[in-house]
Amino acid sequence: MTQAFFRQKDQMLGERPPPASTVGIVGWLRTNLFSNWINSLLTILSLYILWSSVPSLIEWAFLEAQLSGEDRFSCSEGAACWAWLDQRIGQFLYGLYPSKETWRIDIAFVLLFPALAPWLIENIPGKTWLRRFSFIYPFIAAWLLVGGWFGILDSVTTNNLGGFALNLTVGLAGIVLSLPVGILLALGRQSRLPLIRWFSVIFIETVRGVPLITLLFVSNIILPIFLPPDVALDAVIRVIIMVSAFASAYMAEVIRGGLQAIPKGQYEAAAAMGLSYWQSMRLIILPQALKISIPGIVNTFIGLFKDTTLVIVIGLFDILGIANAMVSNPDWLGLSSETYVFVALFFFAVCFSMSRYSIRLERKLDTDKR
Amino acid sequence: MTDERSRGIILQLFVLIVVLVFIAFITSNTIANLQRVGLASGFGFLTDTAFFDINQRLIDYTSQSTFGRALVVGLLNTVLVSALGIITATILGFIGGVLRLSDNWIVSRLVTSWVEFTRNVPLLLQIIFWWAILTSLPKVRDSLSIGGMAFLNNRGLRTPAPIFEVGMEWVIAAFIFAVVLAVGIVRWARKRQEETGKIFPAWRVALVLIVGIPLIVYFVAGQPLNWDVPERTRFNFRGGFNITPELIALWFALSTYTGAFISEIVRAGIQSVSRGQSEAASALGLSKNQTMRLVIIPQALRVIIPPLTSQHLNLTKNSSLAIAIGYQDLVSIGGTILNQSGQALEVVGIWMAVYLSLSLATSAFMNWYNKRIALVER
Repeated sequence: MTQAFFRQKDQMLGERPPPASTVGIVGWLRTNLFSNWINSLLTILSLYILWSSVPSLIEWAFLEAQLSGEDRFSCSEGAACWAWLDQRIGQFLYGLYPSKETWRIDIAFVLLFPALAPWLIENIPGKTWLRRFSFIYPFIAAWLLVGGWFGILDSVTTNNLGGFALNLTVGLAGIVLSLPVGILLALGRQSRLPLIRWFSVIFIETVRGVPLITLLFVSNIILPIFLPPDVALDAVIRVIIMVSAFASAYMAEVIRGGLQAIPKGQYEAAAAMGLSYWQSMRLIILPQALKISIPGIVNTFIGLFKDTTLVIVIGLFDILGIANAMVSNPDWLGLSSETYVFVALFFFAVCFSMSRYSIRLERKLDTDKR
Repeated sequence: MTDERSRGIILQLFVLIVVLVFIAFITSNTIANLQRVGLASGFGFLTDTAFFDINQRLIDYTSQSTFGRALVVGLLNTVLVSALGIITATILGFIGGVLRLSDNWIVSRLVTSWVEFTRNVPLLLQIIFWWAILTSLPKVRDSLSIGGMAFLNNRGLRTPAPIFEVGMEWVIAAFIFAVVLAVGIVRWARKRQEETGKIFPAWRVALVLIVGIPLIVYFVAGQPLNWDVPERTRFNFRGGFNITPELIALWFALSTYTGAFISEIVRAGIQSVSRGQSEAASALGLSKNQTMRLVIIPQALRVIIPPLTSQHLNLTKNSSLAIAIGYQDLVSIGGTILNQSGQALEVVGIWMAVYLSLSLATSAFMNWYNKRIALVER
C-alpha cells in the first residue's frame, strides 16, 4: 500500500477528468437543480407548475384561439377569442379620436423617438439639433393632437383623446412638466432660505403622502371650484396638471438624491471660481446631478406611466377604460381574460423595456464612478 | 455677505407674496363658486343621515347611520385590507427575494419572471383582472366546494366562522401570558449568554410555550372554540362568514404587486452584505443557520427596512384603488358622500388628513426604528 504510493513520487500523475457528476449536463443539473433535497423538491414543484400551466395556456391563447368573427358568439368556449382585436384595435390605440384624423397621433408618436433619442442615447449623431428639436417637440405634439391653432388642422377636443394615446399623452406631459418643477423643488428643499425650504418640504411631503386617486378627484371636483367661474378646463388638461404636480414631488426626491451624491468639493470649487448660486447650479451641479438621476427619472416615469390608468376613476377612457367598456359590451361580454391580458402585455412591453434600459444605464454610471 | 443676505430675504418675501396671492385667488374663487351653487362649508354634514348601504362593515352600520360613521366604516375597511395586504406582501416578498437568489436555476428564473411581470403591469389592471375572474365564478347554487368547509362562488368566499364560547377568554389570556413569558425567557437567555457565554435554546422553548400553554388551557377549558360551518340552502348559504370578491381581489392584487417590489428590496438587501461577512462568520465557527441569523440578516435588515416601510405605505395608499371595483374603502365611501352632499372640499380634506397622518405616523415609526438599528460607529 505504502509502496504503491511512493512508487510514482518522481513522476507526475496524469490528470484525471473531473467526476462525471460535476461536468456536462449531469453536472449542471446536479449543481443547479438537484444540489440538495430542498432544491430537488423546488425543482420538481416548479416543473409541475410549468407543465400544468404553460401547454394549456399556449393552447388557450394561440392554438385553439379564434382570430376573427363578428362577435363573441362566433367564438367557442374554452379558448381565447381574439376576434375583437380586428374591430376594436383602433379604439384601444386612439380612443374616440376621429378615425380619419388618427394619422396625426401616429405622426406625433413617430416624432417622439427623435425627440427622446438625444437624452437616452449617449453617442448619437446630430445631438445638438435633436436636442433643439426635443424642446419644440411638446408644442408640435400638442398642435398635432388638438389642432386648430393655424387653421391647418381641424381642431379635435381633448375629450375625444383616449386609448393608449391618452396614457402616452398624460404620462409624457406629466414627465415633461414635472422635470423643471421637480428640479426647482429639489433645489428649494436644499436651500438655505428657510421659507423656501419649508414651502418645498410641505409641498413634496403632502403630495407624496396622499394617493394619486385623491389628487385626481381634486382635479375633477376641486380644481373647478378653485378657478374663476368663467374658466373651464378640459378634463384631460386638469388631469395633466394634477399628474404633473404629483410626479414633480417624486421627481424632486429623485433629483435631491442626485444632488446629495455630488461631492461637497464641487459646490466649494464652484463658489471659489466666483460663480453665483444659479451659475454654479446650471453649469456645475445640475448637469452632474441630473446625469446620475436619469435611472431614477426613468423609474419615476415607469410608475407614472402605470398610474395613468387611474384616469378611468374620473371617467376618462384610456386603454383600460376602453377595455372595461368592451368587457361590459353585450357583443363581447365575458371576454375579460383576453382583453385584460392584451392590455397587460401592452404595458409590460413598454414598462419592461424601460426598466431594462434604466438598469443598463445604472450599471454604466456605476463604472463611470470607479 | 449683507448683499447675499438681503437678496435672500427679498427672494423669500417675493415667494411669500406669490403664495399668498395664489391662496387669496383660490379662496376668493372658492367662495364665489360655493355661493353660486349655494353650498355651506363646514363639517356639519357629518352628522346627517347617510341613506346608503355598505356591504362590508367591521362596526355596526345601517343606511340610517350618519355620514361620519360611514367614513369610519370606510377607514376601517382601508385599514383591514392594508393590514392584510402588508402581512402577505411582506411574506411573499421575503420568500420571493430569497428564492430569486437561490442556486436553483429553474426556481430563480420562475420567480424572476413573476416579479418582472407583476412589477411592470399597472396595479389597477391587476385588481380589475382578479375581480373579473372572481365575479365570473359559478353562481351561488353551483359553488365550488373546498373540502366541504368553504365555498367559492361569484359572491365571494364563504368560510367557517369561529364561535367563541364561555372559557375562550381563558385561552386568550393564556396566550397573552405565554407571549409575555416567552419574551422574558428570550431576554433572560440573551443576558445570560452575554455574561457567561452559556447558550440556552430560548427560541425553541418560547415557541413551545406559546403553542403549548394556550393549547393546554384550551383542552382544560373544554374546547370552547366551535366552527360555524356554512350550510348549503336552496338559494344561498346559512351560517359561516362571507369574504367579498372585492376584498379578495384587492388583497390578492395588492399582495402580489407589492410583494414583487419587496422581493427586489430583499434581494438587494441580502446581496448588499459582502461575502467576507459570511466567510468571517464561518471562520469563527458559526453554523450556516447562525451565520444567517446573527450576521447576514441583521445587516441586510438595515438596508431592507427603510424601503420596505415605504412599500408598506405605498400599499396603504394603493388600497384606494378599491374604488374601481367597488370595495368600500375610505375613498370610495368618501366619493359617495361627496356625490350625495356636495361637500367636496371637506371630503377631500378628510381623505388627505387621514392619508397624511398615516404617512407621518409611518415615517415617525421608521425614524425610531432606524435609530434603534443604526450602525453604531465609533
